Amino acid sequence: MTLSIKTRAERFVGTLRHCQNLGLTVESAEGNTLVMKLPYSDKIVGNPLDGTVHGGSLTTLMDTACGTAVFSVLPGFELCPTLDLRMDYMKAAEPNRDLYAEATVIRIASSVVFTRCEVYQGDERDLVAKCSATFMRIGQDMTPPDFRARIENGEDVAGVKP
Amino acid sequence: MSFEKIIQQAQASGDFQPLVDSIPYAGFIGLKFQRFGQDVLFQLPKNEDNIGNPILPAIHGGVIGGFMELAASLHLMMSMDTAALPKMIDFSLDYLRAGRHQDTFAECQVWRQGSRVANVAITAWQTERTSPIATARAHFLLAR
Repeated sequence: MTLSIKTRAERFVGTLRHCQNLGLTVESAEGNTLVMKLPYSDKIVGNPLDGTVHGGSLTTLMDTACGTAVFSVLPGFELCPTLDLRMDYMKAAEPNRDLYAEATVIRIASSVVFTRCEVYQGDERDLVAKCSATFMRIGQDMTPPDFRARIENGEDVAGVKP
Repeated sequence: MSFEKIIQQAQASGDFQPLVDSIPYAGFIGLKFQRFGQDVLFQLPKNEDNIGNPILPAIHGGVIGGFMELAASLHLMMSMDTAALPKMIDFSLDYLRAGRHQDTFAECQVWRQGSRVANVAITAWQTERTSPIATARAHFLLAR
């Protein structure tokens, strides 16, 4: 059975505890592009008086969106650690509105994967932040068999049904 | 009360704990700090809720980034004499080692504070300060 890119992405995110705490979900994943949602919540607020979310939660959103896009699109079940992230915060996110990150895998080289990502709100795609992220390829042999099985079978993954 | 007012009060009293307590994201990841005169040491205590790599296990890279961003903005507020809320313009983060499931520390260096923009370098480590797990650089807009 071949898993769809979206299923791989969902099961991968399901293994990441901090992402479950944030409520991150995969909205779509097709080809080299993935859209992830960060629901607005009080716990990620950075400015308590106007309810603006903290940039740190956007860092996690963008790192996860890019990392999940990389994991889902690579053949095999390669885990690629982040080498670096460069983020630009264009404007404060509007309070009480969900955030969406669209991550794109730009190039898969033998040792490195290059990605970029944009965070926006609403149908008008109001741009809040963007980032460029690079990931190291350490090879599929580095993926523990039980982790691979969790992704393949979708078992024992919090919140994800096989 | 505006956030600027909370910053002003903290700057006047020298007690920044109420300011940190008022930031929900700081509580969410569990940031702590300690001041030694002009120096500030930030701490992210070991917390299962911050895990992003179940295999090692390791702290989510985004949490390490968020911790360093928060440390940089708090450090600026502690060292500035104006109450303008620093707004992050950009953040560049290099991961050097996996952040293991243990306490993480960070310290900041303000390399330049102009009238409108500040440049801050952040270093994060776990067991040894000389073996950082991540280094970062942030630009903040200081003008309103």
